[in-house]
Amino acid sequence: MERLFLFVYQYRAFFTFVVLEVFCFWLIVQNNHYQGAKFFNSSNTVVASLNNFSQSIRDYFLLSDVNRTLAEENAELRRIVEQQKYVMERNHQLASYDSAFATRYDFISAKVVNNQLDRVKNFITINKGKDDGVEPGMAVISPLGAVGKVKTVSGRFAVVTSILHIDYMISAMLKKSGHFGSVQWNGRDPGFTNLNFIPRHVKLAVGDTVVTSGFNAVFPEGIMIGTVSAIDLSPESLTYNITVALSQDFRKLSYVSVVRSALKEEQDEVEKLVDEKK
Amino acid sequence: MTRVTIQQVILFFVYLLYQVMILQNVVLGHTAFCFLYVLYLLILPVETNPLALMGVGFLLGFAVDLFYESIGLHAFASVLIMYLRNYWLNSLTPQGGYDSSSVPTMAMNGIQWFVVYAMPLVFIHHAVLFFMEAGGFHMFWFTLWKVITSTLFTTAVILLAQLLFPGRRR
Repeated sequence: MERLFLFVYQYRAFFTFVVLEVFCFWLIVQNNHYQGAKFFNSSNTVVASLNNFSQSIRDYFLLSDVNRTLAEENAELRRIVEQQKYVMERNHQLASYDSAFATRYDFISAKVVNNQLDRVKNFITINKGKDDGVEPGMAVISPLGAVGKVKTVSGRFAVVTSILHIDYMISAMLKKSGHFGSVQWNGRDPGFTNLNFIPRHVKLAVGDTVVTSGFNAVFPEGIMIGTVSAIDLSPESLTYNITVALSQDFRKLSYVSVVRSALKEEQDEVEKLVDEKK
Repeated sequence: MTRVTIQQVILFFVYLLYQVMILQNVVLGHTAFCFLYVLYLLILPVETNPLALMGVGFLLGFAVDLFYESIGLHAFASVLIMYLRNYWLNSLTPQGGYDSSSVPTMAMNGIQWFVVYAMPLVFIHHAVLFFMEAGGFHMFWFTLWKVITSTLFTTAVILLAQLLFPGRRR
């Protein structure tokens, strides 16, 4: 009788084990996709507040870098504004000014509270959320380059799928020749990513600039991604294997801007209509 | 009994916070991770009910997952090693068996015994963790390298923690 109880007792442990593991596995599968709203994530207030605290300590070590980047960006923007002013004055009569198009992008500044880079699927938590107008699907950029796309939002925080995420593809192009490809990380070195689908007839060189293309409407066109650092072309392959050195060092990511695209919905709707017709 | 329970609950949060606030930022060469929270699971008292073991494993793993943005992964790996723990402990019974209320620590059974006890469990935990994170075996060698370096790193830190904080000899 005692042995029977012992057996039942062990069987119960095994049963609990199976139930728990199946539940965990279900959770993993549910959260596998890099986009879509999920309930448990680090935009959760308690988790995000703790991350916020830990980042506020780390911030002190990044201050000088952040300052320098911001100052450089300011100078660059001022230069562009001056140029634009001149062009506007010259073309004032000729230009047909479409205000909807001119103001299609709006930027929300945010601070990084948690940043992952050594996993296969990396996410970034930022301190702006629904209350500040951040919504899933928006692009996130930094002064130095593309960062990622908003995955989920809570009231005051948002989780961003980093471009260092093995399933995340961005439509990109070579700035010099204008050829399109797609940028996708290979899960290894957080300093580099890969550019795929550039056909073999294209002439390119180490140091060429890779920027976002306007094809996806998430990122504004022409946001810097990085520069070509290595080119590999096997004899039988139709496309290049290109390694791109990221212009934004993700280890030093501190302040980012969320891009609100006013025309995104319109573009998506039109493209969806085309897809449905096919 | 209650005092021990309260102690364990406090330790739970100490390990959790230490893991997510500090060790989350410690990665050697982009491959060696340290998951010290496993130590908490390894040195729970021998006599603990296996159901409670798995429950605690699930809770700690799930809490770590919340911060690591990887829901289910750590919970899965932790529940697995908590299930295997008792079988492994039984096959490693020291001479004279375990006392009641004994804990499987280094101070209790010596460094050699502890390494033999801890390292395979840490290895299994990390192997499950990294291969599930990679979503399969398509990056087999790279992931295996991550598992091995992380196992060594975690084990080293666990031994160090055991040396520095041996706990009470009961």
